[in-house]
Amino acid sequence: MRSDDFSAPYDRLTRPLVRDGGELRPASWEEALDRAAAGFRRGVDEHGPDSFGMLSCARATNEMNFMAQKFTRVVVGTNNVDSCNRTCHAPSVAGLAAAFGSGGGTSSYAEVEDTDLIVIWGGNPRFAHPIFFQHVLKGVRNGARLFVVDPRRTSTAEWADRWLGLNVGTDIPLAHAIGREILHAGLANDTFVRRATSGFDEYRALVEPWTLAAAEAETGVPAEAIRELAHAYARAERAQMCWTLGITEHHNATDNVRSLINLALLTGHVGRHGSGLNPLRGQNNVQGGGDMGAIPDRLAGFQDILDPEARAPFEAAWGREIQGTKGKTLTQMFEAMDERELRTLYVIGENPVQSEPETEKTTRRLRSLDHLVVQDIFLTRTAELADVVLPASASWCESDGTFTNSERRVQLVRKALDPPEGARDDIEIMCDLATRLGVDWSRPSAEEIWNEVRSLSPMHRGMSYARLAELHGIQWPSYSEDALEPSYLHSRLWSEDPAERGEPAPFGIVGHSPPVDLLDEDFPFRLTTGRRLDDYNTGVQTGGFSSPLRRGELLDLSPEDAAKLGVADGETVRVTSRRGSVLVPVSVTEAMRQGLVFMTFHFPHQVDTQLLTIDATDPIAGTAEYKAAAVRIERVEEHAGSAAPAP
Amino acid sequence: MDLRFLDEAPTAVEREAVDSVLGPPESGWDGGARQDVDLRYARGGHTARDRRDLLMPALHAVNDRVGWISRPALDHICRRLTVPPAEAYAVASFYAMFSLRKRPRRVVHLCTDIACAAAGSSGLRDRLAERLGPPGGHDGDTTWHESPCLGMCERAPAALALEAGAPARYAVAAPAAPGDLDALAGDASPGSAAPVSANGHGAPSPTTFGADPLPGAAPEPAPSAAVPDAGSPGHVLLRRVGTVDPLSLDDYRAAGGYAALRRALRLGPAGVIREVSDSGLVGRGGAAFPTGRKWQATAQQPDGPHYLVCNADESEPGTFKDRVLMEGDPFSVIEAMTIAGYAVGARLGFLYIRGEYPRALRHLENAVALARERGLLGPDVLGSGFAFDIEIRRGAGAYICGEETAIFGSIEGYRGEPRTKPPFPVEKGLFGKPTAVNNVETLVNVLPIMLMGGPAYAAVGTGGSTGPKLFCLSGGVRRPGLYELPFGATLRDLIEAAGGMPEGRTVQAVLLGGAAGAFVRGDELDIPLTFEGARAAGTTLGSGVVLVLDDTADLVATLVRVAAFFRDESCGQCVPCRVGTVRQEESLLRISAGADAAAEVPLLREVGRAMKDASICGLGQTAWNAVESAIDRLDLFGGPDRAASDDIQQSTAAGDRAATEEAR
Repeated sequence: MRSDDFSAPYDRLTRPLVRDGGELRPASWEEALDRAAAGFRRGVDEHGPDSFGMLSCARATNEMNFMAQKFTRVVVGTNNVDSCNRTCHAPSVAGLAAAFGSGGGTSSYAEVEDTDLIVIWGGNPRFAHPIFFQHVLKGVRNGARLFVVDPRRTSTAEWADRWLGLNVGTDIPLAHAIGREILHAGLANDTFVRRATSGFDEYRALVEPWTLAAAEAETGVPAEAIRELAHAYARAERAQMCWTLGITEHHNATDNVRSLINLALLTGHVGRHGSGLNPLRGQNNVQGGGDMGAIPDRLAGFQDILDPEARAPFEAAWGREIQGTKGKTLTQMFEAMDERELRTLYVIGENPVQSEPETEKTTRRLRSLDHLVVQDIFLTRTAELADVVLPASASWCESDGTFTNSERRVQLVRKALDPPEGARDDIEIMCDLATRLGVDWSRPSAEEIWNEVRSLSPMHRGMSYARLAELHGIQWPSYSEDALEPSYLHSRLWSEDPAERGEPAPFGIVGHSPPVDLLDEDFPFRLTTGRRLDDYNTGVQTGGFSSPLRRGELLDLSPEDAAKLGVADGETVRVTSRRGSVLVPVSVTEAMRQGLVFMTFHFPHQVDTQLLTIDATDPIAGTAEYKAAAVRIERVEEHAGSAAPAP
Repeated sequence: MDLRFLDEAPTAVEREAVDSVLGPPESGWDGGARQDVDLRYARGGHTARDRRDLLMPALHAVNDRVGWISRPALDHICRRLTVPPAEAYAVASFYAMFSLRKRPRRVVHLCTDIACAAAGSSGLRDRLAERLGPPGGHDGDTTWHESPCLGMCERAPAALALEAGAPARYAVAAPAAPGDLDALAGDASPGSAAPVSANGHGAPSPTTFGADPLPGAAPEPAPSAAVPDAGSPGHVLLRRVGTVDPLSLDDYRAAGGYAALRRALRLGPAGVIREVSDSGLVGRGGAAFPTGRKWQATAQQPDGPHYLVCNADESEPGTFKDRVLMEGDPFSVIEAMTIAGYAVGARLGFLYIRGEYPRALRHLENAVALARERGLLGPDVLGSGFAFDIEIRRGAGAYICGEETAIFGSIEGYRGEPRTKPPFPVEKGLFGKPTAVNNVETLVNVLPIMLMGGPAYAAVGTGGSTGPKLFCLSGGVRRPGLYELPFGATLRDLIEAAGGMPEGRTVQAVLLGGAAGAFVRGDELDIPLTFEGARAAGTTLGSGVVLVLDDTADLVATLVRVAAFFRDESCGQCVPCRVGTVRQEESLLRISAGADAAAEVPLLREVGRAMKDASICGLGQTAWNAVESAIDRLDLFGGPDRAASDDIQQSTAAGDRAATEEAR
C-alpha cells in the first residue's frame, strides 16, 4: 500500500483562460485582461468597492504584496485584502501586536543558537520548518535544553530533553498552570513585571485555579512534567518560546498566543538577546505579506488603518483617500460571499479550495461570485472555478524583489529565469489591470516599488537595495541607512527610563475554551492535522517531485487503537466527522496515543482532509480550528479495502 | 537523527546483554514496555545522546553474548541510545569482529600475517578449511577466518578462538600445531540461549571473559613466557613480568607498586610534567613525540574537562610489547595512567584495548576493579583529594583505531575514522576536549621516571633516545620474544641476544617498525636501534618491531601480505588511501603472478607517492613504506628505475603510522 506519487505534476500555465458557456478556453492577454478588468469595474459600479476582495500571495515578493494591497486600496478603494497568512499565523500577529504593538517574532535565528532553553509549543519544525530547525539543533549542540509541547511525539519531540504530550486544545490550561507554578515558586521576574507589564494582578487571579493537579486533569500531562517545564523556563537565563500552528489553528488561537506571551512577561524572557517569542512562519514571505499591508487592518509597516495620522502619508502619496475602517479578513470574505456582500474576488497565487476547511462549502461560495479572477502559475482547483485565469511568473525565481523571513530579515531575491513564454510577471499584470481600471501606474521596477515602501514605512526606511545586498539582508526595524538595530525587538521594555520604556505590555486575560467539535460516542477520536517533511500544504508545489518517504495521505493511529479497531498498517478505513467522510489508509505509529489521530492535507486529490475539518474560527484573527476535529473510524469491507480510493 | 525503528523485538538474551551495559530501560520510548505515562511524557535529548559512547560497549555485549548482532538487537540498542539505526549499522559494520549476519557462537581467528605466515600458517589454513569449510561460514557450531596480526608473533603461528556466551570465553593456540587447532575448532560448548536470570538482569560479571579456557584447549602459557630473559636484573619496564601475580594488587604493591604515584602526588602536576620533560621520554607508539611537551600542552588548555587516553590498540603487525605489559604487569598500566591523568588535569581516563586481547582485557578489568576497591582509583586517590577513574573500552578489529584521532571516534561510538589535524588532540581530542593520548609502553616508562627522577632516567640510553626500550623480536631468530634493552644497542646486538640465527640460516632482511615500517638488508645489522640511529640510516624504529626474515622467506609474498593488510584496514574515508591501497595490492599481485616488475615499479611509485602526500592520516601515508624500501633498499625487483625516485628518497626516513602526524 505504498505509492510514490498520487498527484501528477501540474503543468505551468502559459496562456490566459476565460470562461465561455461554462467552459474555460484559451484567450489572448488582451481579451483576458479586458474581461478581468470589466468584471471588477462592473462589481464596483453596481455594488460598491467593498464588494471586491483580494487574496494576495504569501509566497510572492514584498513588492508584489505591496502592489496587491495598493491595487485594492487605490484602484478599487477597499481594505478587503488578505492572504493565507490568515489560516496560519494571523493569531500570532494579533497576539504579539496586542502585547507589544508589533506583530513579528521578537528574536533572530542566531539567538536560538545562543540560548539556554528552547520551548517549541504546538509545532513540528523538524518537518515543517526544517531550516529553522537547523538553528534549533545548533542551539541544542551549544548546550540549550529543548522542551517540546505537542499532542504527538513528533520527530521534533524525539530531539527534545522533555516532551509534554498534552490533549489537543488544552494549551491555555497548561500555560496557566506553568504561570501559576512560576508565581508560587517565587520565580517570577518581579522587576520586569513591575516595570514593563500591566494587568499582573488580574493575571495572578486568572491562573490561580490552575493548580498542577487541575492542569494534569485537563491536559493529561503529569503534574511533575508541568512543574519541570515551569522551573526550567523561569530559571533559564535565556529562553526562547517558539510556536507554530498547534497554537494558532484553533478557534481561540489569539488567546492561545496571549497565554504563551504571558509566560515571557512573567519571567522577562523577551526584549533581550537570546530571550524571545517566536512564531515560526511557514511560507517564505508570510511575514512580508503582512508587513507590506496585504492585510485588512494595517498599512505597510504595521501602521494602523484606523489611525488618520498613519493613513495621511499614504493618502498624500497615492492621491486617494483610504477607508478608515478595517477590511474583511479572508475568513470574513468567504462568509460575505454567502450574504452576497462580496461579489468579485481577485486571487493571486492562492488555492483556497484546497486550503480552506470544509471544501464543499468553499467551492459553493466561490461559485456564487459574480466574477472570480485567479492569477497563478498552475491551473489549481481554485483556478478551475475562475472566470478569468491569468498565467503568472514564479516570484521566487522569475522576478526581482525582496522576501522577509521569520526573523524579520528582508532579503533580496534576484531573477534567475525568464518566465515561460506566455506567462507574465504578477506586478506587470496588476499594472495592466490598473491601467484598464483608470489608474496609470506604467510599469515600475521592483526597486522603484521598494523605494516607495521605504518612503511610507519607517521601519523599512534604512533598507536600500544596495544595503540589502551588502549586508545579505537586514532585519526590521531599520529606521535609517546609517544604523543597525539590535537583532531582537522590544529592548525598550528593559529601559530604566519610563519614557523610553513606553507602553507597558499587558498580560492577556484569557480563559480556557475547549475545542468546538466535541468528542462523544459517535465521534470518539480527536483528529488533528499538520504537515509531513516532504510535502507542502496542498501539494501543488511538492506533489510533482518524487520522495522516498512519501506514502500519500495516511491516518496516523496508535498501536492501541489499531488493535482495538482490528486494523493493520496500510489498511484503508473510513473516517467520518460531523461534516464529511473520507477513505484513507492507516499508518500505525507509536507517536500517537489512544484517541488521537493525525492527517495532513497534502494530497487533496487522494483524500480531501478538509471535508472533515471544522470552520469554527478565532473571532480576533479569523483562523480556523484545523487542529481539532471529532471523528469516528470504521473498518471498510474487505473487498473495498484492497485498493486505495485514489482517483 | 530521525529515528525510524523496526517492529521486530529483540530476544530476551539480547535485551539482557544490552541492559547489562546500559541498565534497564526508563520508558517505552527507550526500549521498555509502553506504558500510559509514556504517552504523555518523554525524557531524552542530551541525557540520551550523551550516552552515545556506550554504543560500542552495547554492540560488544550482544556480540559477546550471542555471537552476532541481529537487526532487532541493533534496533534495540538504537532505541536505548537515541541513535538512528542507519548510523549504528554504519558503526557495527565498520569493525571486523562484529557480525551482522547470523554466525556460530565460536569463531577461530587464524593469524596469517607476516610472522605467522613465515612460520607456516598456510598449512593451518588448509587444516581449518578441511574441518570447518571455507572461512566465514554461517552454519555449524564454529566458524573461522583469517586474521591480521594477533600480537602473538613470539610464538607464531597463532590462533585465537572466541566463544560467545555468559560469560564469553576464549582459547589460544600458539605456536599452533594442527592438533591444537582441532581443539579450537571443536564444537561450541553447550549453548546458553536462556537469559541468565529470571528478571532479565544477570549479576554483572567482573570481567568480560571467563577465567576458564574453552574445554579441550591447552591452557595458555604465562605472560612471562613471551620474555625469554624474564627476571633479568637489568629489566626496568619488564621487572615485574614473571615475578608477580598479575591478578594480585598486593603482589604488585609488594614489588614496589604505587610508589611512583605517591611520589607524583608529592611533586604536584607541574612537578610531574617537569620530571617527564627532563627525562627526555618520547612516545613509544611510533611517533616519538616528546611526552612532557604533550602533557604540558594538554594541562595548560583552558577548556575542560581534560581527558587521558591510553592507546592499547596494539595492532601494528609484529608488535606485542603492550600485550605483554598488560598481561604480565597490568597494575603498572593503571598506576601510570593515574599519574598521567594527574599531570594533565584529567578526572577520567579511557584505556582503549584492541579486541583481540582477551587475556590482557581480563587482567586489566581485574586491576581496575581492585584499584577502585582500594581507593587507588575513584573520588579520592590515595587520600590526596585527586579524583580519577578509568574506563576500559574495547576495539573490535580495526587497525585504524590505533591512530590517535580515530581512537576518539571509536570511544565516542562512531566509526573509527581519523580526523584532520589541526586541531590537535591536546586542543580538541576526545569528545572535543583537550586530551593526552599515550601508548601503553610510554606510560609505563613514567613509573621509573617518577622513582629515579627525570635526569637519572635521561642518563640511560643515548643523547637522542633516553631510557629503556622494548623490542618485539620475531621471525627467524632462535629465541623470538620481547627484549628490553637500553637505547644504543645495534640490530646485531639484539639478534645475538636472541641467540642469533639457527644453524645454516642467514638474515635476508629485517622489517623494522611493522607493516608501516621499512626493510633493511641482512648486511646492515650495525644500525643502532635508536631514533637518531634509525633516522640516519634512512629507516625507522616505529613501535619497536624487529621482524627477521631469513634466507628462505618469500619477500614478494610478504609484500603482498603487507599490501593486503593496508587494503583491508584502510578506513575508506579519503580517496588516496582507499584507492591507493587497492592499486598497490593489485600491482604486487601481478608481480607475484609473473608480470614484469620493471613495468610495475613506476606505477607503485606513483601510487605510493599519492598516498604519502595526500592521505589524511598515517595509515595511508605509510602504506607504501615497506614496499618502497623493498624496491630501493633490498633491490627486490632488480635494477629498479632510479629516475623517478629522487624526490621520494628524501622522505624515506618517515616510517611509522603516526610519525608524520604528531610532528607539529
